Amino acid sequence: MYDIKNTAKGLVAHGVSTCAGCGLELIIRHILDVLGENTVIVIPPGCAALFSGYGKETALRIPGFQGNLENTAAIAAGIRAGFEVQGRHDITVLAFAGDGATVDIGIQALSGMFERGERVLYVCYDNEAYMNTGIQGSGSTPFMAATTTTPGGKPSRRKNMLEIAAAHGIPYAASASAAYIDDLKKKVEKAKNTDGPSYLHIHTPCPTGWGFDPALSVSLARAAVQTGAWVLYEIEKGKLKLNSKTTKLKPVSDYLKPQGRFKHLSDKDIQDIQQEIDEYIQVLASRSENQAVI
Amino acid sequence: MNPGNDNDGKKWHELPGGGINPDAGNSLENYTGYLRRGEKPQFNPDNCINCFFCWVFCPENAIIVDGEKIAGINYDYCKGCGICVNECPVSHEPLPLIMVEEKIEL
Repeated sequence: MYDIKNTAKGLVAHGVSTCAGCGLELIIRHILDVLGENTVIVIPPGCAALFSGYGKETALRIPGFQGNLENTAAIAAGIRAGFEVQGRHDITVLAFAGDGATVDIGIQALSGMFERGERVLYVCYDNEAYMNTGIQGSGSTPFMAATTTTPGGKPSRRKNMLEIAAAHGIPYAASASAAYIDDLKKKVEKAKNTDGPSYLHIHTPCPTGWGFDPALSVSLARAAVQTGAWVLYEIEKGKLKLNSKTTKLKPVSDYLKPQGRFKHLSDKDIQDIQQEIDEYIQVLASRSENQAVI
Repeated sequence: MNPGNDNDGKKWHELPGGGINPDAGNSLENYTGYLRRGEKPQFNPDNCINCFFCWVFCPENAIIVDGEKIAGINYDYCKGCGICVNECPVSHEPLPLIMVEEKIEL
């Protein structure tokens, strides 16, 4: 599965000024490793803009464009239209946006792109807040998580962006995690070969924003999947397929306890969150057509 | 100084137009090793089983591979997050990867 190269994983050079233990940097290397050189990337402002560059510095070895926050999907659709006129069906257009640029600000352009059926691979790396501008709460921040705009814990639930994307009837939508790279690579490959819009929602831990030791980055992403706080599944032409376990899950406190943003939670809050997760898992399991793999 | 922000003394009309960067991948000049804060991972090949977990999960891709074997750590770019040490499955001493203290040069 893994191609051992000595220089760099994929097409991302060394020397990116992301924080130590960044989940985003981990996934972009593996995603571009799968997609290869025939890719054009569109990046809105956010942490991912460190890859398209600041000043004269850039880390990506593929053509890319840094757009605005609200129109990432529209730019990607335009680039795709240009390639279609030239007959270049082989080129993948990748839109790589954060949760703020997808769930809140960019949702109208994204919805339009899904509706028109443009062949664009849209990746949302979900670090669950506006991390690049200083940890402001976003539509994807989970219930009760502390951010600088919700210091006492976010009182509302998060948007289920993957279901919103799948509700457009797009051919391929899937969730992935930074801790399950095999699964992520398979999904990127599938999305690349999809003839139509495809959407990937990837859980990427952020040590700075979530308040944990950078060394725990990957094990925390794994804990999210093992506790059911993050579920791996894919929706292909309306059919849901689970990729992570829905039975024998660990208690959600395993995932919440190491994080600074959840340290104000009482035992009752944790129980409430546990109950919500259990209910949601039941809903997914009843919709699923298979048994979980991982 | 940040290598990304100087223009080699060029004037505005000598720079490429439209904010285009013709030199893709030039962040190699930005040695991110300076982001380490007092700790760095150390590699010992004796008990290494070459499972490549450290290589897969290193966000910075700072694990050096020689052929099919792990050869060491690239301290020019390693940010010292410690994911490699945390993900290493080997449990008997001496561990292939440990965190050691490092003096910060200011």
